[in-house]
Amino acid sequence: MRNFVAANAAIGSFIIGVLFIVAGIGAIWTPYDPLGISFRDKLVPPSPGHWLGTDEFGRDVVSRLMAGAATSVWISVTTVVIAVTIGILIGVTSGYSRGWFDRIVMSLNDALLAFPGILLALGLLAVLGANKYGIIVALGIAYAPSVARVVRGTVLSIREREFIAASRVVGNSEAYTMMRHVLPNCLAPLTVLTTSMFGWVLLAESSLSFLGLGVPPPAPTWGNMLASARPYIGQAVWLAVLPGLCISITLLGINLLGDALRDRLDPRMRDRT
Amino acid sequence: MEKNLLSVDSLSVRVTGIGLDVVKNVGFTVQAGEIVGIVGESGSGKTLAARAAMGLLPPGIATTGGSIKFDGEEIIGIAPRRLRQLRGSRIGMVFQEPMTSLNPSMLLGHQLDEGLALHRRLPEAKRREMILDMLQRVGMDQPERALGAYPHEFSGGMRQRIMLASVMLLRPALLIADEPTTALDAVVQRDVLELMVGLTREEGTAVLLISHDLGMVARYCDRIIVMCRGEIVEQGKSDELLARPKHPYTRKLLGAMPKRGADRSFPKEEQPIVSIRNLVVEYPGRQKLFKRDPAHRALHGIDLDIAPKQVVAVVGSSGSGKTTLGQVVAGLVKATAGEVRFDGAPIGRDQKAYWDYRMNCQMIFQDPYSSLDPRQTIGQIVGEPLRHVRDMGTAAARQRVVEVLEEVKLGADYANRFPHQLSGGQRQRAAIARAIVRRPRFVIADEAVSALDVTVRAQILDLFTELQNRHGFSCLFISHDLGVVEQVADRVIVMDKGRIVEEGDRSTIFDAPQHPFTRKLLSAVPALQAAPGGGVRLLWRLDAPEGDPLSSVQKPANRPA
Repeated sequence: MRNFVAANAAIGSFIIGVLFIVAGIGAIWTPYDPLGISFRDKLVPPSPGHWLGTDEFGRDVVSRLMAGAATSVWISVTTVVIAVTIGILIGVTSGYSRGWFDRIVMSLNDALLAFPGILLALGLLAVLGANKYGIIVALGIAYAPSVARVVRGTVLSIREREFIAASRVVGNSEAYTMMRHVLPNCLAPLTVLTTSMFGWVLLAESSLSFLGLGVPPPAPTWGNMLASARPYIGQAVWLAVLPGLCISITLLGINLLGDALRDRLDPRMRDRT
Repeated sequence: MEKNLLSVDSLSVRVTGIGLDVVKNVGFTVQAGEIVGIVGESGSGKTLAARAAMGLLPPGIATTGGSIKFDGEEIIGIAPRRLRQLRGSRIGMVFQEPMTSLNPSMLLGHQLDEGLALHRRLPEAKRREMILDMLQRVGMDQPERALGAYPHEFSGGMRQRIMLASVMLLRPALLIADEPTTALDAVVQRDVLELMVGLTREEGTAVLLISHDLGMVARYCDRIIVMCRGEIVEQGKSDELLARPKHPYTRKLLGAMPKRGADRSFPKEEQPIVSIRNLVVEYPGRQKLFKRDPAHRALHGIDLDIAPKQVVAVVGSSGSGKTTLGQVVAGLVKATAGEVRFDGAPIGRDQKAYWDYRMNCQMIFQDPYSSLDPRQTIGQIVGEPLRHVRDMGTAAARQRVVEVLEEVKLGADYANRFPHQLSGGQRQRAAIARAIVRRPRFVIADEAVSALDVTVRAQILDLFTELQNRHGFSCLFISHDLGVVEQVADRVIVMDKGRIVEEGDRSTIFDAPQHPFTRKLLSAVPALQAAPGGGVRLLWRLDAPEGDPLSSVQKPANRPA
C-alpha cells in the first residue's frame, strides 16, 4: 500500500513535470510555426516530417499541442490562483466571524454555486468578451464559490477546536489566530481541492474553446483543437485523439499529485511514509 | 463449583497487519449469574478480549489461539449463523457511547422490537407489552410515549437505560457492558449502574463489566480481573484484591487513585487575586422564522473570590455551568452581566487592566488531542505566549521554553516534535507548559485530567501540585471528578443548574456537606482508605449510618431486591 502511494506520487509528479516543461518550451519555441498554414501539407498522417501529422490547414500538430499546452497551463494556473485567493479570503473571514456577515456572504456564495460553473463562466464570458483574460476572470469567479465553501466548512470545524481557544487565551489577535492557526489547518483539504480544480479549469477551458467561446482561433488550445478536429474525425483520427489524450493524461497526473500532496502536507501523515 | 457460563482459555488476539499481539494468553471464567469486572487502562486489551467473546472483533484483528466457550459451546470458528443466534438472545452487549449506539433515524419502538422480533416468535401485541414492561423497569416515566420517540429526544443517561432495556428484553444469560457509564455524569452513572445490577440480579444474568474505573468495578463486581498490556496480571475476589493486591501493577493502579492532599492555610485578610461579582451568562435562543426562542441562562449571578496561591475547585454535573464559568473567567465567553476583577481592577472596562489580566491568566484545556495545533512543533506551541512578553528576545524566549519543558519533565528535545508524536500524558504536559511559560499568576484548568488514564492522571496531578507549589499561581480547577478535586483543591465550589449551591474549605465540603446536591454528588463517588497489608479499602461516602464508616462497604448487589 505504501509503495503504491509512493508510486502514484511519482507518476503524478512526472506527468505534471513533463507538462510544465513542454508548456515552458512551447511558449518559446516550437518545431514549426503553430499558426503557419500550408495547404500542400493538409491532413498529413503522422510521419517523420510531422511526428503527429498536420491538421486541415496543414499546421503541425506537435507545434500546436506545445503552444496549446502553454496557453492551457497558463490559463489554468492563473485561474486557480484567482479562485483560491478569492475563495480563501471569503471562506476564512466568513467562517471565522460567523453571524450576519457569514449569513449574507454565504447566501450570495450559494446563489453563485447554484449555477453550474460552466454556465456561469459562459454568462460572464458574454460580458467580458471571449479572449484569454476573459476566460481567466470568468472561470476564476465561477470556481471561487466552491473554494469558499470548502474553506468555510473547514474553518468552522477548526475554530471549535481547543487550540483556537488556547490562542485567544494567550492574547493573540483574531487576525493572527486566523493566519497562524486556522489557515494552515485548512491547507490539507484545500490542496486536494486546488489540484483537482486545476483539472476542472483545464477541462472547462477546453470545453469553452470547444464551444467556440474560448481562446479565439487561430491560436491553439487543446480544447479548440479538439473542436476543429470534429469534421475530420473520419479522415484524420489523430487530430481528435491527440488533444483528448493530452487532456486526460494531464487530469490523471493532477489527481495523483493532489492525493500525494495531501498526505505529504499533513505532519500526521508524514511519519507513515 | 458452579457451571462456567463463559470460559476463556489462553486466548490470544493479534492485529494481523502489523503482527502486534494485543491480547496474550488470557484466561478467565464467568459463572452463571456472576458479575465480573475487567479493569485496565487504554491499550490493555480489555475491550478486545471481551469483544472476542462475542465474535465482534473489528476487521484486521483476529484471534490467533486459545478457546472461548460459551455455555459449553466453542465460539472461535463457530458458524456465523449460529453466532448471530447467540448474539442478542444469549449474550447481550451495552456499549460506551449512548449517543451513537442507538440508531438516530429509527423510532425507539421499532428499535426495541428489532431484536425481539428476530429472536422470539411472539405476536406483536405480546412483544409490545414486553417492551413497555421493560421500559417501565428501567425507569422511563412514559413508556408509551417513548415508543414513538427518536433517540435524540433523550439525555445520555436515559439513552443508556433504553440501550439496557433493549438488551435485557431478550433475557440474555450474559451481558457484556463495555464502559457503559464512562460517558455519563457521576450521579447518572451511579443510577444507571444500580439499575443494571438490579435488573441483571432479577433476571439471573451474568455480567462482564469492562471499565477503567477500579473504584466502580470494585463496588459492583464479585470478582475483578486486572489487565495490563494484553495480559491478565491479577484476578481475584473484589475485596481481597483491593485489600491485598499482589501484582505491582495492581498496586500502582490502586496507588493512582486520588487521595486527599495536605491542608494548607491562607491569610484571611489578603485581597483576592480574582474576584467575580454577580456574573450572569445568557446564551441567546435559537432564531425561529418569526420569533426567537427564550434565552438560556447558563449562569445565574455567580460571586466568587480566589485568593493568591489558592486552588479553588468548581464541581458539578454536566449542565451545571462550571465550564461556562471557566470560559467567562478566561475571557472566551462574554458575560451578559456582572464583572470580573483582577487585582481589584475590573477587566471589562479598563483596557490596561484587561491586558494585565490577559498576560497573567492562562488556561489548561481538557482534551490534549485538540488543544495543541497539529501543525506546530511543541517548541512553537509552548513558546507562542512569549510573543506578547515585552523585552524578551528570541534567545531568552528559547531559553524559557527549554526551562519550562524541563519543569513539566518533557525535556528540551521534545521542542522539535509534533503533537501527534506524543502520548496523551505528554501532550497534557506540553499544554501545561504552554499555560505556565509566561509565569502567570492565575491558571484556569478545565477538566485538565479528565481525558487521561488513571496512572497518567496521577502523574499529571502530582506535576500540577508540584508546579503550583513552586510558582504559587492561583488556580480555578474545574472538574466533575470529586476524587481529583479532593486531592488538589483548597476550597471547593459546588454548582448546580448555573448557581453555586455550596462552597467552603475542602475538608468542610467533603466531610460535612450540607446541601442535598452536594451529598448526592459525594455519594456517587468512592473514597479510599488505606487498609492493613498495603491494600486499600473502598468507602462510600454518606452511604453509611453516621459514625460507622466501615459498614458502608456494602454492595447493592447483595441487598434483597
